[in-house]
Amino acid sequence: MTIAVYLCVYACLAVFVIGVVVRTIRYARTPIHLRWELYPVPHEQSDRAGHGGSYFETTDWWTKPQHFSRVGEVRAMVPEIAWLQALRESNRPLWYSSVLFHLGLYLSTGTAVLILLATMMPSASSRLHIVYSISGYAAMTCTLFGAVGLTFRRWTDPGSRNYTSPADIFNLQFFVVACAVLVAGYLVRPPISATVVQFTRGLITFDTSLQVGRGFGAGIVLSAVLIAYIPFTHMSHFIAKYFSYHRVRWDDHVNARGGTIERQVAEYLQYRPSWSAPHVGADGHKTWAELATTNPSLEVKK
Amino acid sequence: MKDTLDIKSVSQRNHESLVHVENSDLLPLPPPLDDPSREREWATLTAQATQKYECGLDDTCAVSVPRPANEIEEQRLVAQFLSGLEKLFSAENNWTFLQPLLLTMEHCTHCQTCAEACHIFEASGGNELYRPIFRSEILRRLYFKYVKHGGLLSAWQHGDIELNWPMVARLIELSYRCNLCRRCAQTCPIGLDNGLVAHELRKLFSQEMGIAAKELHQQGSMLQLKVGSSTGMSPEVVKDNIAFIDEDISERTGIEVHTPWDVDSADVLLIHNAGEIMAWPENPGAFALILTMAGVKWTMSSELVGYDSINYGLWYDDFQFARVALKHAEIARKLKVKKIVVGECGHAHKALCVVADRLLCGDLNIPRESSLTLLRDIVMSGQIRFDPTRNDFPVTLHDPCNLVRLMGVVEPQREIVQLLCPRFREMEPHGVNNYCCGGGSGFAIMSGHNFPDWRFHVAGRKKLQQVLTAFSDCIGPETPKYLCAPCSNCKGQFRDMLAYYDLWEQNRILYGGLVELIVNAMADAKPGFIEWEWR
Repeated sequence: MTIAVYLCVYACLAVFVIGVVVRTIRYARTPIHLRWELYPVPHEQSDRAGHGGSYFETTDWWTKPQHFSRVGEVRAMVPEIAWLQALRESNRPLWYSSVLFHLGLYLSTGTAVLILLATMMPSASSRLHIVYSISGYAAMTCTLFGAVGLTFRRWTDPGSRNYTSPADIFNLQFFVVACAVLVAGYLVRPPISATVVQFTRGLITFDTSLQVGRGFGAGIVLSAVLIAYIPFTHMSHFIAKYFSYHRVRWDDHVNARGGTIERQVAEYLQYRPSWSAPHVGADGHKTWAELATTNPSLEVKK
Repeated sequence: MKDTLDIKSVSQRNHESLVHVENSDLLPLPPPLDDPSREREWATLTAQATQKYECGLDDTCAVSVPRPANEIEEQRLVAQFLSGLEKLFSAENNWTFLQPLLLTMEHCTHCQTCAEACHIFEASGGNELYRPIFRSEILRRLYFKYVKHGGLLSAWQHGDIELNWPMVARLIELSYRCNLCRRCAQTCPIGLDNGLVAHELRKLFSQEMGIAAKELHQQGSMLQLKVGSSTGMSPEVVKDNIAFIDEDISERTGIEVHTPWDVDSADVLLIHNAGEIMAWPENPGAFALILTMAGVKWTMSSELVGYDSINYGLWYDDFQFARVALKHAEIARKLKVKKIVVGECGHAHKALCVVADRLLCGDLNIPRESSLTLLRDIVMSGQIRFDPTRNDFPVTLHDPCNLVRLMGVVEPQREIVQLLCPRFREMEPHGVNNYCCGGGSGFAIMSGHNFPDWRFHVAGRKKLQQVLTAFSDCIGPETPKYLCAPCSNCKGQFRDMLAYYDLWEQNRILYGGLVELIVNAMADAKPGFIEWEWR
């Protein structure tokens, strides 16, 4: 039983990491797109960022130094990640459940780190015990009630119901069940069962002598499978969010002569598109650059 | 009906409209349009139109796609659509927008935050068809099914949809029910972009199937590339028109103006939306006067495409977009100007200054900037004397989406109106949180069938509400009011929408650009540049 749980956790963590890495690389490797930013862009200088202005508000902007405020970005990112600021401002009814759910996930991650610390520092284990116990139960409670709230919203809000797939409900219920089984399994574990710190230590050292209660083990397995499942669903939007904010919405990088962007675009301009509409003029041989420099109106005239 | 429209109904095999929009469903408007007698009835599509074209979406028709003659033809079109769908997700074919499109396809949680932000959804009274993700969800399901080749598991995970010609035909029309203002994207917690989905769908239909709104393609970018301007003006005609405008402006202001043409090595190449020259000649005239008074070394170009900043490809076709942008840059390079300055046209700003930035490489990368910053600097410099009391009438400022939310030019125009217009008032919300005029993405020039009814009742309604609210303290006809819109397309929309609701005749709301307000306040010009006449 213990070995099976260990193997399951190892495998699921590996799947999660590989899934996240593969997906991240896939997005990172897509070509630089044409500029498509949206204002406000928070790394703009503070007197412009406040009203959503850009360097285009300055005459001869190309003769002036480009401003990039990492602090400005962090100040926009922290409330967005921690507090789901955009949702809070634009969709308050959903925000209550969503922020609870996400808070649960953040607390879960924090609790995992604390448990790891307790495993590595036995001397501090008893002091950390109180902290990770509180954060752990709070994490499970927030996640569980958040997931229930989100499910309720999907069922009751006509706008959401129309677009909810069976998988959306399954995903949320997966969280509910995993949290419930993990907490219940841990609370009713028999005295011979390992504690969470002992289990984590055993997981690291592959200590097969450890006993894991059935309920607790089931909770661990369910949670591990859930973690492995995330990168293959839209729940991996923590990956998307990096790209959609930093590489699209806030990407106002200028194409400087002789710069990196120009070099990359030069490569894309050699692509050979195959669009079929006559005015495009693609034949699979002409490059993007050649097509962009033809005039279909004059071609038709000939 | 609006709450129960199932997404799968888009594939229903008939030509019936999916929804019917009724006036009673729409967002209520403030006075004077709270009076039911001033609400307009919708024209219905003619029987000829419904028999000839695909009009199965919502009782109007923007693109006029001919009905296929038979089932074989339908199958050919569906196959073409599928082929385009695959290309949309390949780097070779769509490197230009692949990354944001993939992100939008794969990570939407259907939270509906976008719906709260969409002026079309709100103005329609929450009509399900206009919910921003209704369109996106169709593409998303097609993507997982046909591009990712998902089976039953994928259908369970992402939902299923039946691909057939009625669905494709409806999707073509639906891609033209979005102004591409991207207000929805601004509020998306994950940063996804339903506006981009409409943009990419239009590209698929144009680049693969050769289907686009004729006002954007045949009468738009194709005509521009052929004769030099989508207005149809050849270089000779445009020079004649500008000469007439110079004469008129000189007479009206008492200050001699001569627009310089094709000046080598000028500091500024000014490119107007050529529609201004035809429809609102006082705008290019006012520009010429201001630049002359400020002593700017400037020029216009009489080369093909060089005198028209419009770039409709921005809204539907990457290749047409690139062709026009490259022409603009080539002309500037040949003239050896120091910079290109874009006149009062929002989408031209966005196209040339922002989106084209990564297409203009090497010596085509000519500096480009907004006319609004240059105007702000001129007005604030003290070179020209102003008398703001000449603008002593209520003024409100419309923020063109392409200039403001999509380019970040927010304050220069405000600094000008705050200085020159003592009775300036903001709309709420404004700046980067503005609402689209309803004419964005080409709608302002699209007037086929009864599409204008939809454009004014639905797309422009939220903006109309804002305008009326901004002037609520002086809405009566005794006070002339000025709606300042520094964008040609927005002005076109306001011209048509204000006329549709009779708001000039009955309430004296006039629309116009920014430079007209500047010239109207020039102390050294004859007073009364703004003539308070409808045009």
